[in-house]
Amino acid sequence: MAGETAKVDPMHQFTIEPLFGTETLDIAGYNIAFTNSALWMLITAVVLWVFMLGGMKQQLVPGRWQMMVETFTGFIDDMLEANIGKEGRKYVPYIFSLFMFILFANLLGLMPLGVVGLHPFTFTSHFTVTGVLAIMSFAIVLVVGFWKHGLHFFSLFVPSGTPLIMAIFIAPIEFISFMFRPFSLGLRLFVAMMAGHVLLEVLSSFVIDGGNAGLVWAGVVSLPSFALMVAICALEILVSGIQAYVFALLSSLYINDAEHLH
Amino acid sequence: MPQIAQLPEIWSSQLFWLLVIFGLVYFVIGRGMVPKVMDTVGLRDKQIADDLAAAQAARDAADEQEEAWRKRENANREAAQALVNEAKAKAAKSTETKLAKVQAAIDAQLEEAETRIAASRAEAAAEIESVAAEAAQDIAQRLANVSVTKTVAKSAVKKAMANG
Repeated sequence: MAGETAKVDPMHQFTIEPLFGTETLDIAGYNIAFTNSALWMLITAVVLWVFMLGGMKQQLVPGRWQMMVETFTGFIDDMLEANIGKEGRKYVPYIFSLFMFILFANLLGLMPLGVVGLHPFTFTSHFTVTGVLAIMSFAIVLVVGFWKHGLHFFSLFVPSGTPLIMAIFIAPIEFISFMFRPFSLGLRLFVAMMAGHVLLEVLSSFVIDGGNAGLVWAGVVSLPSFALMVAICALEILVSGIQAYVFALLSSLYINDAEHLH
Repeated sequence: MPQIAQLPEIWSSQLFWLLVIFGLVYFVIGRGMVPKVMDTVGLRDKQIADDLAAAQAARDAADEQEEAWRKRENANREAAQALVNEAKAKAAKSTETKLAKVQAAIDAQLEEAETRIAASRAEAAAEIESVAAEAAQDIAQRLANVSVTKTVAKSAVKKAMANG
């Protein structure tokens, strides 16, 4: 019966389960159960808070930890300065929260805590989460755009210097690409995180099934799969950083459109 | 795919907890901690810039002082050089006058000696003449038994001596 028990569902890791008997918790009829997803959001927030505490020593000559925190704030500050200019300063709290929250969530989801019996949950692999974050960024773009430029914000869809005849065709295209921004923003992160975790799960099932099938299969299947897993783990750590960076970078680019139009 | 399969039951809980927790992150970390961290960085950058400016000012002042010192040093050196030159010239002059004085004394001595030698020579020549005349007188007396007067003898001697 070894074949049956070793069957792995690579999607099972994304299942959301209510914890601590809160499945009936609701507000106005909407269920708000405290799930494993919410737990990992909380863990991410707490870990991020602890990390930031290291930056609160405010020493003139920083230690390593403080230096690390300052490197991250400086990184976001520089990115906003480069993409938006000096008006970008006021978005540092939002973009920093976004970047660090996603980065820590991605990295914590990769932690090999299964070894000690805990099951890390990567909530950035749920489009219900990435979608809300994307809509948040998009809402900021809309609010800032209409607040600063009023109805003139619609000129965003007509690149400057376009002849009228071209503008008739370009404006709808620009409008559609603009409306697709939150989807691409949210889906990109969700897909990248989910694909990585599925890949790792599938490979680990190869390792285990190969091992169960005997010494020969362990040598032919398990060892190469394991080597590949190690490499893909490194890749996934890279992807965690890149996806968080891309999310923050695109958000800041979209905000730049709202601040400066074209 | 649980993300889609579970969507009807989980979307509200996901939305609620994400908003609560991301809101906490935004207000506590983004709004509360990040500005303080950035202030620290800004303060440090300002301090470094100030220190650098102070260092630059100190260096400029040092350069200025060095320049002034160099000028003073050059002037001092020039003055010393002038003093040395003056002393040299004075020494040379005094040596010269002393030498000239000594030279003059030597010249005078030489001249005096020369006149003395000339006098001695003349005296000696006269003496030789008179001795020769006497000798000639004597020789003539003894050999020829001719008595020759002193004047004749003298003139004869003179003639002979003039011939060499």
